[in-house]
Amino acid sequence: MTTPKTLFQKVWERHEVVPQTADTPAVLFIDLHLIHEVTTPQAFSILRERGLSVRRRDLTLGTMDHSTPTRTEQVFGGKPFTIASAANQVQQLEVNCAEFGVELLNLTSDLRGIVHVIGPELGATQPGKTIVCGDSHTSTHGAFGALAFGIGTTEVGHVLATQCLLQTKAKTLAINVTGKLKPGVTAKDLVLAIIGKIGVGGGTGHVIEFRGEAIRALSMDERMTVCNMSIEAGARAGMVAPDETTFAYLKGRPRAPQGADWERAVADWRTLVTDEGATFDREVTIDANTVEPMISWGTHPGMVAAVSGSVPASSNDPVFDKALSYMGFSAGQKLAGSPINVVFVGSCTNSRLSDLRAAASVLKGRKIARGVQMLVVPGSQQIKKQAEAEGLDKVFIEAGAEWRESGCSMCLGMNGDIVGKGQYSVSTSNRNFEGRQGVGARTLLASPLTAAASAVRGTITDPRDLL
Amino acid sequence: MTMEAFSSVTSRTVVLPRTDIDTDQIIPARFLRTTSREGLGQQLFSDWRYLADGRPNPDFVLNQPESAGCSVLVGGRNFGCGSSREHAPWALLDFGIRAVISTEFADIFRSNALKNGLVPVIVDDATLQWLIGHPGVEVTVDLTSSSLKLPDGKSVTFPIEPFARYCLIHGVDQLGYLLSKNNEITAYEQRHAAR
Ligand code: SF4
Repeated sequence: MTTPKTLFQKVWERHEVVPQTADTPAVLFIDLHLIHEVTTPQAFSILRERGLSVRRRDLTLGTMDHSTPTRTEQVFGGKPFTIASAANQVQQLEVNCAEFGVELLNLTSDLRGIVHVIGPELGATQPGKTIVCGDSHTSTHGAFGALAFGIGTTEVGHVLATQCLLQTKAKTLAINVTGKLKPGVTAKDLVLAIIGKIGVGGGTGHVIEFRGEAIRALSMDERMTVCNMSIEAGARAGMVAPDETTFAYLKGRPRAPQGADWERAVADWRTLVTDEGATFDREVTIDANTVEPMISWGTHPGMVAAVSGSVPASSNDPVFDKALSYMGFSAGQKLAGSPINVVFVGSCTNSRLSDLRAAASVLKGRKIARGVQMLVVPGSQQIKKQAEAEGLDKVFIEAGAEWRESGCSMCLGMNGDIVGKGQYSVSTSNRNFEGRQGVGARTLLASPLTAAASAVRGTITDPRDLL
Repeated sequence: MTMEAFSSVTSRTVVLPRTDIDTDQIIPARFLRTTSREGLGQQLFSDWRYLADGRPNPDFVLNQPESAGCSVLVGGRNFGCGSSREHAPWALLDFGIRAVISTEFADIFRSNALKNGLVPVIVDDATLQWLIGHPGVEVTVDLTSSSLKLPDGKSVTFPIEPFARYCLIHGVDQLGYLLSKNNEITAYEQRHAAR
């Protein structure tokens, strides 16, 4: 009998060009390299300086998302970008992709979107692949049983030139989620609860495999939300073993295998599960039944509490006091009912169709509170179109929210969509670091349901009050 | 651009006693709209370093006269968490920092740092607490012996992968190493072409 293996080990071993030794890292082959405008210009410069070409154009796909505008007149109407350096960066990507022959979904492409949204949407993200991108939330693609992780710009250059990376094998961490999420509690609440439990450095050096009945019950959109935030626990990657839910999602997508290839692929993908008896370096168990709608109150994603709860009265986190003073909260303060200024529904964590439907279900027939600005930014142009076909855009606009073109937008504010100094923003994104959404901005991470409910009341609100 | 060879650095320390210093603090996103990697040191820790009107914040440690010329930074646990932006080590290096000491580094930051000649020095908590309690002491980060020499003559070794250490000491660029594996990569591609 062969030794039982984890899902991670199986995918890793399939991609060893040269195995790791005591003195040298492994040379790992990369099946899909996604690129965007922010972390690639310096990598293309390296290729140019050294007279190198892109080794596997067929495995490289570009999009633009971080610096791109979300206003229709700037995306399609030829109106100039708000920020000239953003326009320059986007143009540089066009030049680089044209010169090196890399496929690019450009600003006006109807397939464009946030890099971690379009990979799965096109069916390019598949079980068992190694997927990298110069972006830490590449962990999102692990929801399909791919080994997907973020890399730096130097490594982007390595992959462009050689389709390989030098990697040392990570440790494995199993997060077993038992039970079932309660109504009104979402995958976002689950992952915030997990980060709250294991801490922002809790996954460092590890690849997480999310397992258990609560994970099996999640849709692909929800699994992506969970894997997306693995990096917020410091993990190198997050993975979920593929199953019928995965196959049903991928079937018929333009870049998924077709016909006889599809059958062969599915047969192979079924083997991508952790074998009975395989061991993990660490295991953590969480009971989904105990998870409540969650919200962050501090300046990293491990500082979370139930929406119906309070800021902790004290903490052994050495930055507790600094976080409270930045956020303008006091120890022990109740969260629900606290006033907010901005609501952002979007980002690679929560901008897929199901997220927009969830937010719309709360907003339908309601208005957002006076003085609150709400931005709804779909994850891709395709999602935008589908949402409009269902009339979700009307629900948002009638409620008083702004409906935009796709992109990262207020998740990190590079394109000028920012939250003002001192303002409270309930955001469905993934990072609440100081200044993430704008200088002095105070980010409260939450689910689309909580974000929409908070928009209606103008205060932090448990969505179950409005469901 | 090739990496400078690095074998040791001796410097007074500058101490930022916060845990979980994320890359959005090291270099905020609005400075990532550049297409080069030069000059980012000016924006290092921008939101902590400058006041709203753009003047240097006198309370921030990097602005204090005794920090001038320091090239070893001491930071709290989980240094460099968050985004994969390589702009973070670029900004630190451009400012003049050659080594960062902490008990734990985020994986991507650590990998990016090593590829640019910025040495992540992992120490035990007692050593870190001592360094935090004694800002400005002179230390030596010595890669040839993988050790950190403290002012009392004591030295602690720190873990670093042999390959990364070799590349740093000899200024070897890892892309060159990968390119030398061309035959193996081609063989792999041929084996998997049918998949
Ligand atoms: S949406 Fe936010 S987290 Fe996701 S890729 Fe864009 S900037 Fe990064």
